[in-house]
Amino acid sequence: MAVVTSSPPAPTKRLLESESAGRRARNRLATVLMAACLLIAMLPLIWILWTVVSRGAGLLGDSTWWTNSQRGITSRRVGGGAYHAIVGTLVMALMTAVISVPIAIGTAIYLVEYGRGRFAKLVTFMVDVLTGIPSIVAALFIYALWVTAFGFQRVSFAVSLALVLLMVPVVVRSTEEMLRLVPRDLREASYALGVPRWKTIVKVVLPTAFSGIVTGIMLGLARVMGETAPLLILGPYTSSINLNPFDGNMAALPTFINQDRNNQALDPAFDRVWAAALTLILIVMVLSVLGRLLSRFGTVKK
Amino acid sequence: MTTAATSSPPSPAATPSLISGRGTGRSGDRIFSVLTRGSGALVVVLVVLTGAFLLWKSVPSLLDDDVNFITSRVWQPAANPPAFGIAALLYTTVLSSVLALLMAVPVSVGVALFLTQCAPRRLATPLGYLVDLLAAVPSIIYGLWGAFVLGPVIAGTDSGPRRAIEDALGWIPLFSSTSVARGNVFLASVVLAIMILPIVTAISREVFLQVPRANIEAALALGATRWETIRVSVLPFGKPGVITASMLGLGRALGETIAVTIILSQPSSLEDFNFSVFYGGETFASKIANNASEFSTPQKTGAYIAAGLVLFVVTFLVNALARVFISRRGDV
Repeated sequence: MAVVTSSPPAPTKRLLESESAGRRARNRLATVLMAACLLIAMLPLIWILWTVVSRGAGLLGDSTWWTNSQRGITSRRVGGGAYHAIVGTLVMALMTAVISVPIAIGTAIYLVEYGRGRFAKLVTFMVDVLTGIPSIVAALFIYALWVTAFGFQRVSFAVSLALVLLMVPVVVRSTEEMLRLVPRDLREASYALGVPRWKTIVKVVLPTAFSGIVTGIMLGLARVMGETAPLLILGPYTSSINLNPFDGNMAALPTFINQDRNNQALDPAFDRVWAAALTLILIVMVLSVLGRLLSRFGTVKK
Repeated sequence: MTTAATSSPPSPAATPSLISGRGTGRSGDRIFSVLTRGSGALVVVLVVLTGAFLLWKSVPSLLDDDVNFITSRVWQPAANPPAFGIAALLYTTVLSSVLALLMAVPVSVGVALFLTQCAPRRLATPLGYLVDLLAAVPSIIYGLWGAFVLGPVIAGTDSGPRRAIEDALGWIPLFSSTSVARGNVFLASVVLAIMILPIVTAISREVFLQVPRANIEAALALGATRWETIRVSVLPFGKPGVITASMLGLGRALGETIAVTIILSQPSSLEDFNFSVFYGGETFASKIANNASEFSTPQKTGAYIAAGLVLFVVTFLVNALARVFISRRGDV
C-alpha cells in the first residue's frame, strides 16, 4: 500500500522522543470527539426506549391487552387489547417466511454452490437491488399486480407478498455468508464417499450452517414485522380479529399504531398507541437480539 | 470464494454410491440444481417485474398528464385531464435525505473509528451491538418519537436549536424562518439521520477493520499518535467504503415512508412553496402513503404509481453507484 508513504513530514529527528504537546492535545481532542460521536449515537436509542417504555408499559400489565381486540371500543373509551393486531402481525410474518425462506435459501445455495458466470453475477446484482428497494415501492408493485392487474381485494396475503420482496434479500445475504464459511474439506470428504452433490448440500452443508441461516431468518422477520408502508397500501386496518389472510381486513401492530396517531388529544387512544408501540418494539427487539446471540454462539461449527 | 463448485464429485459409475444406497443420484443432482437456479431466476424476475409493472400502470396516466411531469409542482391527479408533476416532491425528498446524510456520516465515521481503533475489543463488541439495535427500532416508532417527543424539543417555532439556526443563517433562503412548528423538513432530516446511522456505521466499521495491520503498525512505528495513524492509514484506506456506506444510507433515507409521513405537515396547497428547511412538504413516499386510501380510479392510481416509479429509479441509481465504489476498490 502506498498509503503510508504519504504520511506527514514525519519528525524523523525526534522519532523516539515523546510527542510534542500540540500533537498530544490534538490526539486527545480527536479521541474525545470520537467518543462523543458514540454518545450522540446512543442518546436517541436510550431516549426512544425510555419514551416507549414509560408511556406504554402501563397497559401491557393488563391481561386484556394480550387477550382482547379493539372491537366496539371507540377512541374515547378506555379498554380493549392488542390481540387482533398481534395475531395479524404474526400471521403475516409467518406467511412471509413460508414463501421467502425457500426462495432465499435456494438462491443462496445457487450462488455459493453452483453459481458461476454471467447469470450468477446477475442474481447477485438483483439481490443487491432488492436490498435497496424502498418498502413503499415493493407495496406499489404488489398493488399494481394484485389489485389493478388481477382485480383482487386488498387482503393481508398481498401484504405478505410485498414483504417477501423485503425479506428475501436479508435471508439470502446471511445464508450466503454462512454457506461460504462451511469448510471445503467437509464437502470433499462427502464427495469422496460417493455422496452426490445435492445430498452433500442437504445433509452436510446446510446442517453445518443451520444456526447462521436461522439468524438470517430472524433478522429478516424482525425487519418485515416493523414495516408499515405495505400495510398502508395493501392491508387496511380493522378493530376485530381476523385470521383469514385471503378475506377481509386484518389488523397489524403498525396499522393499530397508525390508526390513532392523530388522536394525541384523546388519552385513551393515545395510551393504546404507545402501548402498541412498546409491544411491537418488544417483539422486534427480542427477535433481533435472539438472532444475534444465536449467530454469536452458533456460527459454523468447526 | 469457495472453490467447492469446481471440485466435481467423483464419477458415480466408478465408485458405487456408499450412502445413497440406490441409484447414482444423478437425477437428484439435476433436479436440485434446477430448483436452486430457479430460485435465483425468481429473484431476477421479481425485480424486473417490479420495474415493468410500475411502468405499465403509470404510462396511461403519464400520457394524459396535462403538465410537465418533471418540472411542475401541481398535483391534481383526479382532475380531467389529470395534472401532476413531481418537482415539489423531488425537492423535499432530496433535501431531507441529503441533510440527513450530512448529519449522519460524520457521527457514523466517528463511532466506527472509536469502536475499531480506540475502544478495547471487549468493550467494542457490546457497544457495536447497541448501535445495531438502533436499526431494529421500527420506523413507525421513529415517526411517533420524532413527531411528539423530539419535535417540540428541537424543531418547534421557539425551540432552542431551531432558533439558533434561524438567527445565524436565516438570511439564506434555505434556512429562512417560517411558522411551521414541528412538521418541518428539518425535523424529518434529523430523524432520518438517526435512522440511517446504524447502517452507515456498520459498513464503515467493517471497512475500518480491514485496514491492513501493517499500515497501522508502520504509522505507529514512525511515532504517529493514534489520531495521526487514523488520518494517514485508516481513513485513506476506508474512504471508498465510507462513500459506499453513505450511498446505501442515502438510498434508505430517500425511500423511508412512515416516519416521514408522520412528521411532515403537508402544505395546504402545492403552489404554496418555500425553500426553507423549516417548512413542511411531502416526499415521494409520504405522498403515496398519505393518499393510499384514494387509489380509486386507474387514472389517479397511475399518478401515484408514477411517483413510485421515479422513487424506484432514483434509489436504484443510488444503490448502483454505491456498488461501483465497492467494486472499484476490489472486494470489501
